[in-house]
Amino acid sequence: MNKQQSSGLIIAILSVAAGLLVGGVVMLVFGYSPIQNYSNLFNGAFGDIYSIGETLRNATPLILTALGFSIASKAGFFNIGGSGQLLVGWFGAIVFALHFKNLPGILLILGAILAGMLLGGFWSWLAGFLRAYFGTSEVITTIMLNYIALYFVNFAIKRWLAPKGSDSSANIVPKASLRTPFLEQITNHSTFHWGFFIALVLVIVMWWYLKRSKTGFEIKAVGLNEQAARYAGMNTKQTIMWAMLLSGLLAGLAGAVDGLGNYQNISVSNALPDIGFNGMAVALLANGHPIGIIFAAILFSALQIGGLSISVYSTTPTEIVNIVIASIIFFVGVRFLFEQLLNHRLLKKHALMKERLEK
Amino acid sequence: MTITMILMTICATTLVYAAPLIFTALGGAFSEHSGVINVGLEGIMIVGAFSSAVFTLQFSTVFGGLTPWIALLVGGLFGALFSLLHALATVTLRANHIISGTVLNLLAPALCVFLTRVLYSGKGQTPVINQSIGNFTFPGLAQIPVIGPILFTKTSLVAYAAVLVGIISWYVLYKTRFGLRLRSVGENPAAADTLGINVSRYRYIGVMLSGLLGGIGGAVMAQSITLNFSAATISGQGFMALAAMIFGKWHPIGATGAAIFFGLAQSLPIIGGYIPILAGVNSVWFQIAPYAITIIILVIFLGKAVAPAADGENYIKSH
Repeated sequence: MNKQQSSGLIIAILSVAAGLLVGGVVMLVFGYSPIQNYSNLFNGAFGDIYSIGETLRNATPLILTALGFSIASKAGFFNIGGSGQLLVGWFGAIVFALHFKNLPGILLILGAILAGMLLGGFWSWLAGFLRAYFGTSEVITTIMLNYIALYFVNFAIKRWLAPKGSDSSANIVPKASLRTPFLEQITNHSTFHWGFFIALVLVIVMWWYLKRSKTGFEIKAVGLNEQAARYAGMNTKQTIMWAMLLSGLLAGLAGAVDGLGNYQNISVSNALPDIGFNGMAVALLANGHPIGIIFAAILFSALQIGGLSISVYSTTPTEIVNIVIASIIFFVGVRFLFEQLLNHRLLKKHALMKERLEK
Repeated sequence: MTITMILMTICATTLVYAAPLIFTALGGAFSEHSGVINVGLEGIMIVGAFSSAVFTLQFSTVFGGLTPWIALLVGGLFGALFSLLHALATVTLRANHIISGTVLNLLAPALCVFLTRVLYSGKGQTPVINQSIGNFTFPGLAQIPVIGPILFTKTSLVAYAAVLVGIISWYVLYKTRFGLRLRSVGENPAAADTLGINVSRYRYIGVMLSGLLGGIGGAVMAQSITLNFSAATISGQGFMALAAMIFGKWHPIGATGAAIFFGLAQSLPIIGGYIPILAGVNSVWFQIAPYAITIIILVIFLGKAVAPAADGENYIKSH
């Protein structure tokens, strides 16, 4: 771990602590017990094998969207379009699975995942293309593409997938599902499915890719200094589009995996899926580090899954966990505050100790 | 229906849907002219909608028919308070503007639905407000032949107020000393600083004006369209307002015009059935239009720097 990473870790831990503290204070102010609620939350997320299954299942799309967000941000881009890319990915996977339901199981699943990835990738690539050739801000285009995705997918579900009077597509056939009796059994009938392992594999692949591959290096180079990268002979336009494409492929995969593993169908929705924005939050907390993303995703997933049992055992609204998540990201965003508070001293000391230990 | 009736319906519906967008887009313009990108407009609108709905429910017996109008100001006030968080993060604590704006968007629905559940015995939405902003017929102006019935009969008074605020915003930004200073801070903070302008103060003011106007925008949604508050009250209007501001090239009058155009696009699915040419067009195209147009506009203006030069850049004063 280098110095930057260790200070990132300290800030992440401080931010989580501060976010939980804010949540606790809010609960106290409104007369709810923070201790009771946080212990219910913990039990709801990790209390038994079923809860752990649910938490890991819920973490799966968060890991993938966070990976997607972070790869774009490595190239210096803010891909806020995770939600839209995830949604078209989910849509693509379900459409494929419904349409080619006579294919053998493995081909059906691979095809559906690929369809979702490609749609998500295309959605994000569009923003990359506009950025590379027209200089259009990817922040704005991805926001706009989010809503285009939402309305188009809603329209397409009603028009082509849902039976008359219904707002949901039919369920996919069992052989297209990522759930298996084995995984359901060992987690006491939770919705845990193969998607989590797909996400773990991709974390490793992306970690290797960014560290060791040529194009991975080019992405980082463009992110650090686009002009310098161009002078060094890199094709920056190509790299921008490639980074955005990769980012969207991962978000599309998140949607495909969640659709095939968790929902088994797709429904009309009033709002963009939260997962896109929460995935962004995960990536910010992990500071873009692939391994950190696993832990950050499990943390946020635990808050969400555990949050459900908060309102089962008390009258505390579950929204408290989203207040905690937003607060954590606020503190991550104002890292300058922590850096000032620590006055670099603690961080320096930490790095020095590390150095000595490594010697 | 007669042509006049159709045009009247189109105008009235367009204005109803445009009003929240106009206020919020103007708010966005103030923030960005001061150099702070505000993608948190959606969150600010949510806070405005929530606080105004609660105010109307609590005080409608006290203020009667005036309540929704006071509620707009209450929404603006709480919007401004909420936006203080964005100003604190970006101006004082040097946070990335997009991250901080995203925090507003994550925090607002969580906080407001939380408070709704606390206030209304666990329900995720408020009761329907009993006083709302209805339609308005301008006395006198409505008598003008042709234009009168189309523009001034049974229409949205708050939308006319929004257009007025648009004109005032243009005057403030481009014709007053305050506006010049605010823009100088957004264009070149270092130069503004050397002239003795307090960069931080102007950026705080810019962000809080966006909170005030965005809060009013959200309140207009609750007081004239949804008539209560729930998680679905604000669904993308903040981002659409952001799009309107960009479509209007950061200019208050442009933003107002763009917001009216987007209002038209939003109202077409509702009134399209009455218009023979549009009856066959699927409403999805009207829903997508504002967002697609914004992307096209951005591409057409390629390379032309239309955003304030230092938009999104933190100003770190050297000692």
